[in-house]
Amino acid sequence: MSEVYDLLIVGGGPAGLSSAIYGSRSKLKTLVLESKSKMGGQVADYHEMENYPGVVETTAPELVESFEEHAKKFGTEFAKGEVQELELDGFIKTVKTKKGEEYQAKSIVLATGAEPRKLGCEGEAEFKGKGVSYCATCDADFFEDLHVVVVGNGNSAIEEAIYLTKFAAKVTIIVIHEEGKMDAEKLFQERAYANDKIEFVWNSTLKEVKGEGIVETAVLKNVKTGETTELDCDGIFIFIGRVPSTDFLEDTNVQLTEGGYIKADEDMKTTVPGVYAAGDVREKVVRQVVTAAGDGATAAVMAQSYLEAEEHWRDNVLKTDKQVVVAFWNPTQDESLNTLQDIEELGIEADENKKLVKIDTYRNRLITNRYNITKVPTVLIIESGEEVERVENPTEEELAGLLK
Amino acid sequence: MLELNKDNFDNEVLESDGVVVVDFWSESCDPCLELMPEVEKLAEEYGDKAKFAKLNIKGNRRLAMKQQVMGLPSIVFYVDGEKAEHLSGDDLEPADIEATLNELLG
Ligand SMILES: Cc1cc2nc3c(=O)[nH]c(=O)nc-3n(C[C@H](O)[C@H](O)[C@H](O)COP(=O)(O)OP(=O)(O)OC[C@H]3O[C@@H](n4cnc5c(N)ncnc54)[C@H](O)[C@@H]3O)c2cc1C
Repeated sequence: MSEVYDLLIVGGGPAGLSSAIYGSRSKLKTLVLESKSKMGGQVADYHEMENYPGVVETTAPELVESFEEHAKKFGTEFAKGEVQELELDGFIKTVKTKKGEEYQAKSIVLATGAEPRKLGCEGEAEFKGKGVSYCATCDADFFEDLHVVVVGNGNSAIEEAIYLTKFAAKVTIIVIHEEGKMDAEKLFQERAYANDKIEFVWNSTLKEVKGEGIVETAVLKNVKTGETTELDCDGIFIFIGRVPSTDFLEDTNVQLTEGGYIKADEDMKTTVPGVYAAGDVREKVVRQVVTAAGDGATAAVMAQSYLEAEEHWRDNVLKTDKQVVVAFWNPTQDESLNTLQDIEELGIEADENKKLVKIDTYRNRLITNRYNITKVPTVLIIESGEEVERVENPTEEELAGLLK
Repeated sequence: MLELNKDNFDNEVLESDGVVVVDFWSESCDPCLELMPEVEKLAEEYGDKAKFAKLNIKGNRRLAMKQQVMGLPSIVFYVDGEKAEHLSGDDLEPADIEATLNELLG
């Protein structure tokens, strides 16, 4: 509890692990909190991995294991725990798990990803573990030489249907769209069409699951005609998209979209300072391992520059008894360079009650934005942490006045 | 925990008095591997009141299916050889298992 982490990452999928690699390599004291005992997120639950750049031959679990190893190499710490509550006010933030453990950190990356969406049809919950499944690698073994139904038509659904043909005798994919139309990318569609074991039922959705103790029948509904038909099968795999894991953010100021995704800009900043979002949990269009890893890297780098700026400001401006002259400048702005030189020549620090702090507005966006600095050069006078005076484009006389 | 297979399943589970808890699992099921240590903890704690056993479905698929287990992880409870409860799903929590166990132990 006494330890304060520089960077605490919630979620150990590709986004979280990539953030951890960047964070700990930059010497931030970094912790990954993961609710499951195994790292890797969704990637631990499927097999094929063909599109991670630079890694030609690998499997999904293999790839994400090397993410973990990479983070460990740079000294990332790992802990098990499901995060349930966050206190994000203030510089030191508190993270609480379901079991009651507490962790403290100066910056946080939210990388909790997404979990499978439930269909909500009759029998779905009742037959869980009895033939209704959301994890092909977990349950494929049961269906050797049997007939399974896959509900869904996105990338995951089609990929998993193809995987299941290695076990099952027959795989029937239930597609809600009209014939020939699927959400999955073309490559997967072509592979599915070419696979002898795969059949399609179009314009349809799963209405009910029936059976005596185990799954025996999928009741399908044609969405065009309203007609229902019964299909004998031994298992039903449901892959109809995912929902973001953000329930634990409800009582915080981290803003979510209507669908529950975290709103963040391209710097991965959320609506709370020092809190970043990365990976599938963030509102965005492309949700892949490589984009999750990219998000994670950006989030860690932004967290690091936040920490530097915030700690520098606290130590040099807020925590001093002296009057602080803060000069905002920008290396591309000649006038601000001249002013900076003039201020330096004043020798402000000869007065032991005064101190000069220079802020490059280009590098330190955090403080620049916090104090609404829109022009350079600008000089702020700060006493006991409060702004007492502000001069934009100071004249020589105004500068001389700083020595009063 | 006792390892079950088709040779000892009937004897250890279906012909056994009292409460028997069977953890159905496999190597390729990550949620199962996560849950196992938690079930082992329960086995230590409740070992004198109930029998705890595990069944790897690899090679025992038919046996599992006969018990109407077609998804992992699955925890099935038997009372005097009769199937009493079946918990399943990757969101299965050790606390759920303990609660069901206490219910059955009365
Ligand atoms: C079947 C399938 C096939 C796919 N195939 C590919 C592919 O071929 N190529 C590709 O690039 N992408 C593929 N994807 C997508 C890819 O897996 C995801 O985009 C990627 O995993 C997102 O990573 P993430 O780190 O954002 O989230 P996730 O992988 O979802 O990881 C989030 C982690 O956070 C943890 N967590 C959640 N809530 C909490 C909490 N409250 N406290 C602590 N921990 C928590 C979760 O347990 C999980 O480990 C596939 C996805 C699926 C489902």
